[in-house]
Amino acid sequence: MKAATFEYVRATSVDQVVRTLAEDEDAKILAGGQSLVPLLNMRLARPTTVIDITRIDDLSYVRRANGHVEIGALTTHRLAETSELVRRNVPLLAEALRYVGHVTIRNRGTIGGSIAHADPAAELPATCVALDAELVVQGPHGQRVIAAADFFQGYLMTAIEPEEVITEVRVPVLAQGTGCAVEELARRSGDFALVAVFATMTIGTDGTCQDARITVAGAGPAPVRATGAEALLKGAAVTPDVISAAARAAADATDPPNDIHGPAEYRREMAAVLSRRAITKATNRANGGV
Amino acid sequence: MTGKVTVTLKVNGRTYSADCEPRKTLADFLRQDLGFTGVHLGCEHGVCGACTVSIDGSTARSCCMLAVQAEGTEITTVEGLASDGNLHPLQEAFWKHHGLQCGFCTPGMLATACELLEDNPDPSEDEIREGISGNLCRCTGYQFIVDSIHDAARQLRSTS
Repeated sequence: MKAATFEYVRATSVDQVVRTLAEDEDAKILAGGQSLVPLLNMRLARPTTVIDITRIDDLSYVRRANGHVEIGALTTHRLAETSELVRRNVPLLAEALRYVGHVTIRNRGTIGGSIAHADPAAELPATCVALDAELVVQGPHGQRVIAAADFFQGYLMTAIEPEEVITEVRVPVLAQGTGCAVEELARRSGDFALVAVFATMTIGTDGTCQDARITVAGAGPAPVRATGAEALLKGAAVTPDVISAAARAAADATDPPNDIHGPAEYRREMAAVLSRRAITKATNRANGGV
Repeated sequence: MTGKVTVTLKVNGRTYSADCEPRKTLADFLRQDLGFTGVHLGCEHGVCGACTVSIDGSTARSCCMLAVQAEGTEITTVEGLASDGNLHPLQEAFWKHHGLQCGFCTPGMLATACELLEDNPDPSEDEIREGISGNLCRCTGYQFIVDSIHDAARQLRSTS
């Protein structure tokens, strides 16, 4: 349980990170280390260079700009979770962060790190997809902005090129009258989800659903956006029957893994159950409930 | 640099400096190079919580951090909890309520409980259980640990 040897670079700027990545194709970026260091310890990852980005200034912040909440890549989970700005403007994110590991892990783990790692059972990738977030990455040819829907491409695979690094996450502020809910099933508190559902419901004054977003984690090689379920909800009066139909549609959109933690059909069934609960709770919250 | 690097940091109020390879975890550095054997190593991949220490006022798993990343930080280990020969109220409560059996998880439990009570001085039993859910006790002595933290919270509230 000891890491293999590597070159260690303590980067002081994003440019230096990009340069170092270009010089060594087997380099890995180290931020909070909550995913990478265990992989190093178990020698599941054996990078030749480890680029420590935790000392780069100005990559840890939460601010509101242009209708978005902008979060620096090095912002810890804990900082984002306890940010008033996040709670007020994107409560789904604040709620989702409480399911990431434990406080001790959230003290170190970073927003950019979780997103770059892209575990399909993790909360942040699915939350980014549910909230139509954008990921800002920087590489040798400058900056580009990638929609979360295009960003997560498969198991631990993202749209980041080998010479790029995430610098910021931009999350659109949720509309008035939007309720959010997270429902997660895990073996133990803090574990990766067997299945988790992230839902936002925007309810108009006439009681009909104006907008719905449902994303499922742990249900495929990347977060699954349940567009079929959303289509059933949008424009409809949100009755228990409509919710049940949408929850079933969300489960049908999943392609869950079969592993020792749970068979695929169990996860799919749980996706339906959790979707029903999440849509119901988000609707109640949109209507002023808890 | 694959060779050794010098790491300088503060542990329990005292400054230490030692050379180590960049691949060395903070946990191994604290134990092997600085002699803080109260840092216990269970799983070495961030599951058991035994190696939890406080870094610049927040808990962290010292197995999931490289020693070089801790350069310039201030760390508190279990050795730094007592002061002037008096146990910390949490340690006192663990002793009183049999909050430790084999003792392996205790340093991590204490570090986690310290932070929990700073954030929430009056936690419910459920909040305590949630708070320590990242620390595994293989003796499964959780009930006494919860009792200890509950009692320590009372003590700390009455003295503050």
